[in-house]
Amino acid sequence: MSADVVDSRRRRFLTGAVTVVGGVGGLCTAWPFASAWQPSERARAIGAPIEIDISKLEPGAMLTEAWQGKPVWILSRTSEALDSVSALDGAVRDPDSSEEQQPDYARNRFRSRRPDILVLVGLCTHLGCSPQHVRVEQASYFGLADWRGGFFCPCHGSLFDYAGRVFKGVPAPTNLVVPPHQYLSDTVLLIGEDSREVA
Amino acid sequence: MALLDAKTDLSDRASLQRGAGLFMNYCSGCHSLEFMRYDRMGRDLGLSDAQVLENLVFSGGKVGDEMRTALRREDAKEWFGVAPPDLSVIARARGPDWLYSYLLTFYQDPNPARPFGVNNLVFSGVGMPHVLWSLQGIQSLEKGERPAGARLEHAVRLEATKEGVNLHNIVQDESGAESRVVDRLVVSAPGSLGVGPFRSAARDIVNFLTYVGEPAKLVRYRIGFWVLAYLGFFIVLSYVLYREYWKDVH
Amino acid sequence: MKALLSGLLEWTDARFPLSKLWNEHVAQYFAPKNFNFWYFFGSLALLMLVLQILSGIWLAMYYKPDAEEAFRSVEFIMREVEWGWLIRYMHSTGASFFFIVVYLHMYRGVMYGSFKKPRELIWILGVLIYLCLMAEAFFGYLLPWGQMSYWGAQVIISLFGALPFIGEPLALWIRGDFVVSDATLNRFYSLHVVALPLLLLALVVAHIQALHEVGSNNPDGVEIKKKKDAAGIPMDGIPFHPYYTVKDLMGAAVCLFLFAFVLFLVPEFGGWFLEAANFEPADPLKTPEHILPVWYFTPYYAILRAIPDKLTGVIAMGAAVAIFLFLPWIDRHPVKSIRYRSLLFKFLLIFFAITFVVLGYLGTQPPTAGRAELGLRLGEAYFAFFLVLWWYSRERSAGSTWTLLAVLAIVFAVVDAIRWDPDKAALMALSALLPLIYFGLFLVGPLVSPRLNASREVPERVT
Repeated sequence: MSADVVDSRRRRFLTGAVTVVGGVGGLCTAWPFASAWQPSERARAIGAPIEIDISKLEPGAMLTEAWQGKPVWILSRTSEALDSVSALDGAVRDPDSSEEQQPDYARNRFRSRRPDILVLVGLCTHLGCSPQHVRVEQASYFGLADWRGGFFCPCHGSLFDYAGRVFKGVPAPTNLVVPPHQYLSDTVLLIGEDSREVA
Repeated sequence: MALLDAKTDLSDRASLQRGAGLFMNYCSGCHSLEFMRYDRMGRDLGLSDAQVLENLVFSGGKVGDEMRTALRREDAKEWFGVAPPDLSVIARARGPDWLYSYLLTFYQDPNPARPFGVNNLVFSGVGMPHVLWSLQGIQSLEKGERPAGARLEHAVRLEATKEGVNLHNIVQDESGAESRVVDRLVVSAPGSLGVGPFRSAARDIVNFLTYVGEPAKLVRYRIGFWVLAYLGFFIVLSYVLYREYWKDVH
Repeated sequence: MKALLSGLLEWTDARFPLSKLWNEHVAQYFAPKNFNFWYFFGSLALLMLVLQILSGIWLAMYYKPDAEEAFRSVEFIMREVEWGWLIRYMHSTGASFFFIVVYLHMYRGVMYGSFKKPRELIWILGVLIYLCLMAEAFFGYLLPWGQMSYWGAQVIISLFGALPFIGEPLALWIRGDFVVSDATLNRFYSLHVVALPLLLLALVVAHIQALHEVGSNNPDGVEIKKKKDAAGIPMDGIPFHPYYTVKDLMGAAVCLFLFAFVLFLVPEFGGWFLEAANFEPADPLKTPEHILPVWYFTPYYAILRAIPDKLTGVIAMGAAVAIFLFLPWIDRHPVKSIRYRSLLFKFLLIFFAITFVVLGYLGTQPPTAGRAELGLRLGEAYFAFFLVLWWYSRERSAGSTWTLLAVLAIVFAVVDAIRWDPDKAALMALSALLPLIYFGLFLVGPLVSPRLNASREVPERVT
């Protein structure tokens, strides 16, 4: 071996070049493998926006529909329920919905596009259990002042009011999520999309 | 048997779109493409979701649905003897040339055992009616004259002519001598398309089915080009590095 | 930073032989400096193994080993999983590339006598890896649950049925059902993704460990460890790193280029890597017209098919594979490398390669009388290769060669008498030319001109 002819700068440069170019190639190869973990087209198709007919939804009743595999609640609120929301401002953690848990059009007193209809993703913001709907007549069991029902998570006892706002002193940190939605007509609700043009 | 050349071209979007339209009109009543979704097809063919819904989705489904048929398998089995197969990967199983030849070589067969009065040159005893007859018209088979005492024969190739399709056979007579006999398919009752336009319609359908057989083919070539270019460059680079280090050895 | 890293290395080395392993196997593993083109295939096989394991792990995330779902799930991967088509083609192309690389790697071993003392165990471990790969390929091929998958498995499993007494119960036990079914698919899946890869990895580690214990052979067949310098380093050896790491990197780049070419532009490779019939879902009631194994099995399949008796065919096929295990005791000629062996030896090896390839081609073609006859004769030539190899191991007297020829004449006459068919008399007579020329050249040739089978002097050092 004749070390005297070795041009160590050239050697270092070439080694570096091969490492960098090869490394880029390696990363590009890793990309398809990482992407393969993204939701498949089937999952996306199942998770596509859904249209719901709410013409048969009676006051006080709740519909549960699956969107992206998650439960979505469509609740028709009575005036009593709406009154209880107003009365609970002091008991909930984020009364003005300042956390990004809803689209802008739902950042209002009742966290909804229409006061009478509440649309929520039915998963607790604590660890993802699905809370139960507590009706007005069942609410008294909980012994909370001004609470006229809402949602109770059986996993860790988080409580939410009729606007999906979380109470103080329970494990869930934030209000329930309002999904993107819009009304295609008075009776047809679209969940998962909020910018479709309505003819 | 040498088949007709389908000359498919996946880069011809207009052909793919026409093929999709023809498929949905004439084939989708019985055949599903259940590994394919409408919206994916629309994206690949350059159609918007709205266009796809309006022009190609007949079943009242959603744009993200799999392209299934409304025909129930049990009913189909009763009507046709076999359930019409799903055609998602048919182009990969049979090949585009076979599909093209198949679509072009339906002919009237008076044999009472044929349920729909038709037969096919590449699929003898076919169970499917000639669904494109209104476009192609009705073809009849004019058999070439066999030499006396002919016993063995086999089909060699199909040939597209101006009037229709010719089938070349090699026929062996009793002495073992071989001769060539040509059978002709000719249009006996014209359809709404002439011979040429019908062929191009058949080609569009085959082109579309070739796309459906492997949607990734559209991107595969494009990405492959870049990968090969990169690897070519890397070969040169690693060769230079190799030469640099091996100076020590030689 | 540097101090931190060397500190970390020191900490590790006190607890795990990291530097020691690196030095033993890479930085201070001295490989002969005269490796040629054929010596790329060992590292390329390793590269293919890694690609297969990676792509296989990802496929297993979406594949469903269920007779109802399997075919659909493969198409699901091809269409609905992001980049799924790439990963699937990687695996299907990789299988064929793996075998190409392994066959070239094995041929290298035969050419340069890499199986000879003291490397017998390396060779045997290698043959076991090859067997393991064949099993992997066979089990894996059922998984797409297409027509070819299904009927291919059906045929191969039926081969076991040829064994006397235990055959049928054994085939039933392997299938776990009366035909190939969901139960078969599930157990094949388990073996393909868990059991065999584990075994394969263990064998590969043992193969490399054994190689690094003895040291690599080289195209001259010279033991480089016999000539060491004052520091105890083989004078014709160079450290694996950086010299062979950079060289193998270049080899890997070229291999990946070819690999990517097939993967992106012609993944079916004209039906050789992915067969058209496998795009039809498995149908237990309908066999496809031409059913054949994938190309890497077809040389053996051709031997099986050429022999009219089922049991004999199965035994011959098994023997054709198993005989490689005994190669170190078949070819015992003291000269390792083809470079210094006789002209006839070179012809012998070339003819074996041709035999293997033509047999492979015949195995993919529908059988005709002519092809079956050629298959049989080439099957005979396949085994004759090993016989001649053994015969060439040392000097043989003219008398013993004539005795061997007489024995061979009797054996061939008996075989042809057993399979005598008056309709094919002309064909059989014509094909008999093949063994006549074969033995005439390789056994009578050295008697006529001893120069034809004379080895040359092996140099002291590599060239």
